[in-house]
Amino acid sequence: MTSFLKTAAMTALVAAAPLLAAGQAAAEGERYVLVSHAPDSDSWWNTIRNALALAGEQMGVEVEYRNPPTGDIADMARIIEQATASGPDGIITTLADFDVLSGPIRAAVDSGVDVIIMNSGTPEQAAEVGALMYVGQPEYDAGLAAGQRAARDGVTSFLCVNHVISNPVVAERCQGFADGLGVDLGDSMIDSGTDPSEIQNRVLAYLNANPDTDAILTLGPTSADPTILALESNGMAGDIYFGTFDLGDNIVQAIRDGVIEWGIDQQPFLQAYLPVVVLTNYHRYGVLPGNNINSGPGFITADGLELVEEFAGEFR
Amino acid sequence: MSDTATGDERVKEMSGFRKALIRPELGGIVGTVAVFTFFLLFAADSGMFNAQGIMNWSTVSAQFMIIAVGACMLMIAGEFDLSVGSMIGFAGMSIAIFSVTLGWPVWMAILTTFALCISIGALNGYIVIKTGLPSFIVTLAALFILRGFTIFFPQTIERRTIIGGIDDAAEGDWLAPIFGGEIGQPIFVWLADLGLIDVFERGNRAGEPVIDGIPMLIVWAIALVIFGHIVLTRTRFGNWIFAAGGDAQAARYVGVPVNRVKILMFMFTAFCATVFATCQVMEFGSAGADRGVLKEFEAIIAVVIGGALLTGGYGSVVGAALGALIFGVVQQGLFFAGVESSLFRVFLGVILLFAVILNTYIRRIITGER
Repeated sequence: MTSFLKTAAMTALVAAAPLLAAGQAAAEGERYVLVSHAPDSDSWWNTIRNALALAGEQMGVEVEYRNPPTGDIADMARIIEQATASGPDGIITTLADFDVLSGPIRAAVDSGVDVIIMNSGTPEQAAEVGALMYVGQPEYDAGLAAGQRAARDGVTSFLCVNHVISNPVVAERCQGFADGLGVDLGDSMIDSGTDPSEIQNRVLAYLNANPDTDAILTLGPTSADPTILALESNGMAGDIYFGTFDLGDNIVQAIRDGVIEWGIDQQPFLQAYLPVVVLTNYHRYGVLPGNNINSGPGFITADGLELVEEFAGEFR
Repeated sequence: MSDTATGDERVKEMSGFRKALIRPELGGIVGTVAVFTFFLLFAADSGMFNAQGIMNWSTVSAQFMIIAVGACMLMIAGEFDLSVGSMIGFAGMSIAIFSVTLGWPVWMAILTTFALCISIGALNGYIVIKTGLPSFIVTLAALFILRGFTIFFPQTIERRTIIGGIDDAAEGDWLAPIFGGEIGQPIFVWLADLGLIDVFERGNRAGEPVIDGIPMLIVWAIALVIFGHIVLTRTRFGNWIFAAGGDAQAARYVGVPVNRVKILMFMFTAFCATVFATCQVMEFGSAGADRGVLKEFEAIIAVVIGGALLTGGYGSVVGAALGALIFGVVQQGLFFAGVESSLFRVFLGVILLFAVILNTYIRRIITGER
């Protein structure tokens, strides 16, 4: 029994250490919680976390980042309910699945917590759940713009590498791209999974089976990085028309090398940073911008890569 | 206690302390007390113990409980089911496809899904028994197969992986409220009138209590725990479960229908997963292809924290329920305590390790190893 007590005491100590650290780091003033739908493995959200921390520091407010570890949206609903119960001044959340999340978000709004929808969702949905505003990139429109751009460059067929098949909002990008090209989506979208080597091999397999493919669209660094490797290994790098959503170290390098034509930057920095600024000023001075904020799309090409390169993966 | 034991010379005398120690629930009870003490100290003023907070971790714990009961009884019977998480996704999607895409009445979709999933559970068990392969491998295959279908069917039929609109379909259905409804609303209205719980400040529900009622999810969890506990400790079939898991061959010699017991336990695990899925789908009104990812391990963790042995033949449903409670409270409590969310898995690992060490210690006491 004594050894058990010792273990218990040890565990309590180990468990308590980060809690104490978290307590000391707490800033004065308002408290805002950002809830995302991203699993722990999604590196893209690192930018969001950095921007959130920066905004918290600059505005002198306390900020917290929460996500469902496996990316399960039903778990995310519980996290929003939890955030509401902890009584923050505001919640910044994605609206990855309206059916699941609208209830918890409405409950948060109704219990007096101000909500801003960021990243996933639409302005209409944000208004419907009673959120103050929507900050993000309308996904379908971004895909459409990309498709129209590719069409002007002479593309007629494409492969869309979807690593988040479970998020229907992201799949809209592929649909938009197809519509922009004026072709049917058909079987152009593949479910690549999230494992880098699986993605690489699936892209290779698809290109082997469909050698006439004009263009590749990837939906983020998770699918873009392995796709770059795949193209390098089969010699199609620089030859095939390659566009991607979002940025990351490897994507920036590939744009520089001419492997990737353009990257669509939805500027996640603004999606995390602006809501904190907006909420803080709203709570301190009662001022609120009158409209939703489009954080993107911005096309990033080989011109003007410097700042992007400097902060890729950190703030860009 | 020792007085009654002296009546039969075949029963070895045991001190009350030792008796308490070898109860499988012990780890769970100690853990529950420790966890609540911990969060009362560190997160008391964070909203964790107001009405919304309590409902939050109770709901999460109840989710774990539902799948832990099935996993626990199967583990006691000496087998694993790794397909629980995929089964949750599959069952939810099945209800969505039957009710929304095919337009069946929701009660029929639910009953068909239960029949379908329990048959898959039975098939899992049948393959394990017939081939003699470890259930670990067979259900691992089921994990991939079911998850694959869960993505394939909606993708093929509806061109998307989340199917919504189930709440509209379930409007006025007689069976749906048994999974997605809530009970005890008047109690919460009364509590709110007394000022014991908060009310919504604005919106079209202003003035209503922040908690509608107790979700059926929690009712199901408690009912399943009671059912499992009674079956396991008060019936002959319960003894068969222990026997089948302790030593299958020895159990066969004394006439226990080991194969039937194991297959039934696989079916029960599938049933629990389907209850989980149905409650979730009815509450949220949509089914997604990624629902339930990794839930099989969460079920196993809850069961192990609750004192069951991975080798079978030993464990308790009450212990598993406490394990689920600990798991749920820790998971949500860490958020309340403001712990960096990337450290969440570290805590989970520490708690799991701690529980397993404690259980090994208990096993040594039982078997008399030194």
